[in-house]
Amino acid sequence: MEKYLQIENASMVFNTKKGKFTALTDINLNVQQGEFIALIGHSGCGKSTLLNMVAGLLDATDGVLLLGNKEIRGPGPERGVVFQNHSLLPWLTAFENVYLAVEKVFGNSESKTQLKARTRKVLELVGLTHAASKLPGEISGGMKQRVGIARALAMEPKVLLLDEPFGALDALTRAHLQDELMKIVAATKSTVLMVTHDVDEAVLLSDRIVMMTNGPSATIGEILEVDLPRPRERLQLAHEPRYHELRSNVLEFLYSRQMRPKEAA
Amino acid sequence: MSAITLNDNNLKQIMSAPETMPSVAAPPRRTPYFETESGKRLTEAAASFLKQAIPPILGMLLFAALWAVIANSNKSIPGPMETWTSAVQLFSDPFYDKGPNDKGIGWNILNSLYRVGLGFGAAAIVGIPLGFMLGRFEFLSRMLSPIISILRPVSPLAWLPIGLLVLQKAEPASIWVIFISSIWPMVLNTAAGVQRIPQDYMNVARVLNLSEFKVFTKILFPAVLPYVLTGVRLSIGVAWLVIVAAEMLTGGVGIGFWVWDEWNNLNVAHIIIAIFVVGIVGLLLEQGLMLIAKRFNYD
Repeated sequence: MEKYLQIENASMVFNTKKGKFTALTDINLNVQQGEFIALIGHSGCGKSTLLNMVAGLLDATDGVLLLGNKEIRGPGPERGVVFQNHSLLPWLTAFENVYLAVEKVFGNSESKTQLKARTRKVLELVGLTHAASKLPGEISGGMKQRVGIARALAMEPKVLLLDEPFGALDALTRAHLQDELMKIVAATKSTVLMVTHDVDEAVLLSDRIVMMTNGPSATIGEILEVDLPRPRERLQLAHEPRYHELRSNVLEFLYSRQMRPKEAA
Repeated sequence: MSAITLNDNNLKQIMSAPETMPSVAAPPRRTPYFETESGKRLTEAAASFLKQAIPPILGMLLFAALWAVIANSNKSIPGPMETWTSAVQLFSDPFYDKGPNDKGIGWNILNSLYRVGLGFGAAAIVGIPLGFMLGRFEFLSRMLSPIISILRPVSPLAWLPIGLLVLQKAEPASIWVIFISSIWPMVLNTAAGVQRIPQDYMNVARVLNLSEFKVFTKILFPAVLPYVLTGVRLSIGVAWLVIVAAEMLTGGVGIGFWVWDEWNNLNVAHIIIAIFVVGIVGLLLEQGLMLIAKRFNYD
């Protein structure tokens, strides 16, 4: 298996007021180019922490993270991040938000016209051509998240990191965006690492589901291959026995083997 | 013989028949203006305006009534009507100039605004960048916070003797008082704004690897601007509050000294007018800044 994104023996220890807190320990994961990985686990299991380590927003306390055989040190535009709460700059239009990223990555090698064309193209990809000149406050939550995805895609990242990208959306919008994300990922052949707590989303979208044990000292509990053929169709999958089998595998892991820990009193 | 004889008269009638012929359907009645779309909108707007306007107007009337009652029982205080006539007279020639101690109300207001502008402007030039630095550098903030905490609650006029001592003249001393009393809200609000920039925005900056310049222009500055403007609004309120007292003590042309002068002349109507003028100018300054702040609010 060709390793593209490698995480080796990574651990994460936070210094808190109550002393050291080991969030993640002994994380080992290899991701192939073009693979779609879902990270799933109960809240507090450190899945977002792991994503932030790949993003470079957090430095692993121990272990190594490699992308394309280069060590990950600090954040960088070759890893496009889509944040849970879209994180668009409210004073910039959708176009300007994306352009900021495009300019940063391609500003040295391309002319302004080319940069603008790139921005328009990626906005078209997420179906937002009509809203390009709108401020984030003027568009819906789903559209904002699409701008966030467009911003990450525009950088043509080596790996796309999605941190519960659809968590804050209503069910219908979420389903719609999941379908769109599948199309976009198929078209761009992106490598994706996505944090989610939605079992259906994980099974529908990913090639492998990385299931994490509960924290503290969380680690990877099990990795599930999702061998459903692509392109996947939401409605057809509902009648697919294999889909339900995979789904119950994940559910079984989450709710029987990794029961949500009792809230610390 | 034909039943119809053609003559000039009925020929005209026939020629113009299409117009005069009574049409089968009655011509559509022109909708009265107040039933048309724009008419309805107008009545609705008028109704909501009335609803909006009645409480404040009522409040003003009550205030005027209360004032009239007090003026009636105390002969030394002029009533609303007397004050009004005096104000009309005063504002009919706001820019006369009869020597340094007798200038029109317009000159007094402009002079006070000029001092406020200088002192407040200097405070903004120093205070806003200082606020940015305090917000950005924890060390600096911890270093200066005890000093700021001690100096901030000091009554503005307590600074006047220091100003007079150092600057030797009344005019710069009053500007100094404005400066030192209006700087704090801008420093503190700007610093708070910088500290409260959502981590998400900074994460965006980090993921995109934006240059310091881009971080400042695209993220820091726009994110902090609403806080800065709040600080500016509070500051200008303080500055305008302080100017009256400062001018009373330092003299010269200005609304504050004018109040003092009129007190010496025992012209109470003018003092009341001055109170209204100070209030209205302060309100206008504040509302103007509110309008600007609204433009930069993205929530």
